Amino acid sequence: MTTTLVSTATPTHAQPAWRRWLLSREAAIIGLLALLVIFAFTSIPNFGSPLTLTYLLRDTAPILLIALPMTLIIITEEIDLSVASILGLSSVLTGVLTAGGFPFVLAALIAILAGALAGAINGFFVTVVGLPSLAVTIGTLALFRGIAVGLLGTTAITDFPEFWTDLARSTIPGTPIPSIMIPFALLAIAFAVLLHATPFGRSLYAIGLNKETAHFSGIDVARSKFLLFVLSGTVSGFAGVYFTLLYSNARGDNAMGMELQVIAAVLLGGVSIFGGRGAIHGVIGGVLLIGALGSALRLANVGSDTIQVITGVLLILSVVSASVLRWARSRRDAALGRRRQAAARATLDTTSTGTTHVP
Amino acid sequence: MTRGLGRILAARETGILIALIAIVIVAATINPRFVTSADGWRDLLLTPSLVLLVAVGSAIVIITRSVDLSVGSVVGLTAYLTGRLFIDIPGIHPVLVFVAGVLLGAVLGLINGALVAFARVPALVITLGTMYIYRGINVSWAGSDRINASDLPSGFRALGTGSIGSGPFASIPYLTIIALIVLAAAAWYLRNLRGGRELYAIGSDPAAAELYGLPVTRRIIIAFVASGALSGFAGVLYAARYGTVASNAGSGWELEAIGAAVIGGVAIAGGVGTVWGAAIGAFLLLTINRALPIIGIDDFWQQAVVGALILGAIVLDRVLAVRRHRQRIAQREETR
Repeated sequence: MTTTLVSTATPTHAQPAWRRWLLSREAAIIGLLALLVIFAFTSIPNFGSPLTLTYLLRDTAPILLIALPMTLIIITEEIDLSVASILGLSSVLTGVLTAGGFPFVLAALIAILAGALAGAINGFFVTVVGLPSLAVTIGTLALFRGIAVGLLGTTAITDFPEFWTDLARSTIPGTPIPSIMIPFALLAIAFAVLLHATPFGRSLYAIGLNKETAHFSGIDVARSKFLLFVLSGTVSGFAGVYFTLLYSNARGDNAMGMELQVIAAVLLGGVSIFGGRGAIHGVIGGVLLIGALGSALRLANVGSDTIQVITGVLLILSVVSASVLRWARSRRDAALGRRRQAAARATLDTTSTGTTHVP
Repeated sequence: MTRGLGRILAARETGILIALIAIVIVAATINPRFVTSADGWRDLLLTPSLVLLVAVGSAIVIITRSVDLSVGSVVGLTAYLTGRLFIDIPGIHPVLVFVAGVLLGAVLGLINGALVAFARVPALVITLGTMYIYRGINVSWAGSDRINASDLPSGFRALGTGSIGSGPFASIPYLTIIALIVLAAAAWYLRNLRGGRELYAIGSDPAAAELYGLPVTRRIIIAFVASGALSGFAGVLYAARYGTVASNAGSGWELEAIGAAVIGGVAIAGGVGTVWGAAIGAFLLLTINRALPIIGIDDFWQQAVVGALILGAIVLDRVLAVRRHRQRIAQREETR
């Protein structure tokens, strides 16, 4: 009798796993992406052409790449605003070193290493000095971009070995899928396994949910975060090399503002800005949703300004809808609880009145 | 008296002010025209004035532990509105244009504030979204069209470029006077009025402020409205100052404003800092930009210096905070 009185919460795990998955944020985003693609496929001319897919994946590849480590960083309740600046710095280094006579592979490796070093600088300030990552990466956003622009000025380097530029623009033979999707797929699988199937990955959620608890459970919070910033820098450095080859262009202002596109896509993909929640497949869905939407709208002759507005609205809706849902659920749970309590009290009353009349 | 002086010397703002003065002196020794020529003197005061207004708004928001990334887009939108009003309504009184600009800015700020306060979503996400939205509206409204100086009345333009007095050391641009008045008003509000103090309380500990019964929702909305209105005001003055307004006006100002506030000692974690600091930070940032070429550093390196400054400022704040904390512990041990 008393147990029915107390248990008012709805048991979420009573539902089967597939139904819980269907109700998740990730499923909603992937469903939305599927709907968009089907709709665009049938009603927007040329969206179905293989070339559209090639360009779409090719141009969103840098965002896809950087979104992977960004997901992990935001899950631990930190943020990295400097990724696009690291991309720009790596692009400039690739260009300057190649023009200076370095073999391309060596130049690219140095650029990626520089990205890792830039990430380590972020990580140092966040974990060793103990500063908020928002403030640190606003600073390094300007610093790394400034070094990139300072190294090259307003000039651009456009001469790169044809073998590499062709490779960056090539597609997997027989398909319209760009070759960059192979390294991306490998990285995505690696990140998904790291995040969802290793103790390290699970500990990131613990850090995001409660840093102190994580620390007292024996998780090395500082080391984990430092590693994530280095990963983020490395991947951004790699994206910088790819970006340079794709457009045969090394400039200081390459990919300016891309950090916000990456963060918008990650949050849209269901990663909570409060940390502790999110999944790799949702994020990939989020990046592709924004990319496909932009591509479809461009084909439908909608201007880039409208695409910007829609991106903003999507981002706000994705976070506000989560809090509206939370609010609605708490209301529903409260109402359910009240009803159950009332019912329990009613049965209690009838039985108690019955017993009092016995003597 | 000496205690007051000591407090001024120990203040975080003083360090930044000394750095600013040092930069001006170094630049002026290398090239005296940096301050002694009429143009040099005017630019020294005029250039930072607009960013100063936006930085004051950003500082107010950051003090409540939020952040407003949409200010640059608000500046652009209101600057374009200013031009459109002068073109579409010939003979409109400039005061009406100012009212319209500030109102539009306040409404855009209200949207930010309401979303942040009611949905309980971090301001970073909301204002990142509205940054896109406001800029997108601006671009679709303006297209490739731009406002030209000839579209604006000459009296209005004079407000943006003219000064009281003339010549170096004897003149002060109207814009700088306006910026200083706004700054003094904001500083007074934050220092002396209940509403202003509550902003600090909310920023220091939002949960405690809520439990204590402070009107957290209303105060956060007010902070965003202030930030929006100040950016709107800066947008109108942007049109007056530059004459030409394209659809990318004010882009990137959000980082300059936040950078100025952070350099001036406003902590990103909330509850610490003054608008005076943010104002000096704005002066420091933009003066460095102008001083670099004179000191002999290619101005391509500007942004790198800005980044290094921001990092230096937050590391300094952290070191000072740790030291203060240790001193307090030591004091407690002694009195025991």
